[in-house]
Amino acid sequence: MLTKRIIPCFDVKNGRVVKNVSFLTNERDAGDPVELSAYYEAAGADELVLLDITASVEGRSTMMDIVRRTTEQVFIPFTVGGGITSVDDIREILKAGADKVSVNTAAVKNPKLIAEGAKRFGQQCMVVAIDGKYDRNKGDWEVLIHGGRTSTGMSVIDWAKKAESLGAGEILLTSFDQDGKKDGYDLTLTRLVSEAVSIPVIASGGAGSKEHFYDVFTDGKADAALAASIFHFKETSVGEVKAYLKKKGVSIR
Amino acid sequence: MIAIVDYGMGNLRSVQKAFEKVGEEAVITSDPAVVQSADGVLLPGVGAFGDAMFHLKQSGLLEAVKNAAKHGTPLLGICLGMQLLFSASEEHGNHIGLNLIPGHVKRFKGKFKIPHVGWNELQVKRQHPLLDGVGKQEFVYYVHSYLVDPTDRNVILASSEYHGEVPAVVSYKNVHGAQFHPEKSASTGLRILSNFGKMCREGVATV
Repeated sequence: MLTKRIIPCFDVKNGRVVKNVSFLTNERDAGDPVELSAYYEAAGADELVLLDITASVEGRSTMMDIVRRTTEQVFIPFTVGGGITSVDDIREILKAGADKVSVNTAAVKNPKLIAEGAKRFGQQCMVVAIDGKYDRNKGDWEVLIHGGRTSTGMSVIDWAKKAESLGAGEILLTSFDQDGKKDGYDLTLTRLVSEAVSIPVIASGGAGSKEHFYDVFTDGKADAALAASIFHFKETSVGEVKAYLKKKGVSIR
Repeated sequence: MIAIVDYGMGNLRSVQKAFEKVGEEAVITSDPAVVQSADGVLLPGVGAFGDAMFHLKQSGLLEAVKNAAKHGTPLLGICLGMQLLFSASEEHGNHIGLNLIPGHVKRFKGKFKIPHVGWNELQVKRQHPLLDGVGKQEFVYYVHSYLVDPTDRNVILASSEYHGEVPAVVSYKNVHGAQFHPEKSASTGLRILSNFGKMCREGVATV
């Protein structure tokens, strides 16, 4: 039986993990994304997402070096996102060894990027990241870009369907309302998107306890759940979440 | 030495690094002579079946892979690389494959999520050196929309369940395939690659 996936995610800037991952300081270099990736593989993570939040050109080449080193040491799938705007960017990242790329703002501005990426490198490596925020007036979720700073007026569900039709292999769905609050994923949004498309949906934003993972896999109908600080600050561990889910009857590796 | 066949498709670096991790020497090559003289051949692949066959033919690697297989060299196809070992595929029209294992490649059909993406349990059906040390409740990472349908179901060494049986590992004489990505399947996958490396070094051709 196919299992639900638990995916730790971390931000990387100029080759270093941005948030201080406090629990690793004694044994490993916690600021090194490669060391952290290897740690999470050993801890039972099903996949990893590395988001490059570097703006500079030098930073980009540092990130490519990290992707190459991660490939040498990590034997679970990993996705690289952040600042990808062209097919050349995608090629470079995949060639360095990443399994998937995630595109967000660039895909909204240029939807053809999804189709071109899928055609050249396969649907499986194109993850379309969508940041959604609830609009009370419309009673619907709207797509935000530029890290949440810009509204698009587009419906999340419509955009998810369009991304699928263009060749997205998975949707990485972040709730802007829930992100950072630690009181659970947006279950309604996740369920609506998961039911609207026939590709896997990775839920993101709001994980604060192991129960939240259970909720998003059952009520939210998510195929995978992404979390950052809850793991980095050891509020819970991948192993603890998985043991809990297994006990509750969720199919887990 | 294992030759990883580079015909312009797929993430070859991951496979090479995985072999390196388990202490097996593997080179990425697009030279037919290197493929034919290798102790083992790894046929990777992502993307579309027709494109892959086209590139294999164009690069002259198709004959090299077939010759290696004919001479008893252990061959392992991964994901699309495994599907290419079969007679034909229905992906985007009908395409002829390498025809090293009789059978067809067909698309998942039904109202469920396609592609089949993620970790699924490997159910070993038949003991084989390739699966040495792979026990119960081990998981492997899949990402695919097509699956193989071997004419002789006995070639299936292991399978997973996803809205029906998904052949996971196949073996016919010296020709083997893994539908999942062993290079991305943590310790279970590394074990299988290590087993394959050992088979290549020992020149084992098991039936």
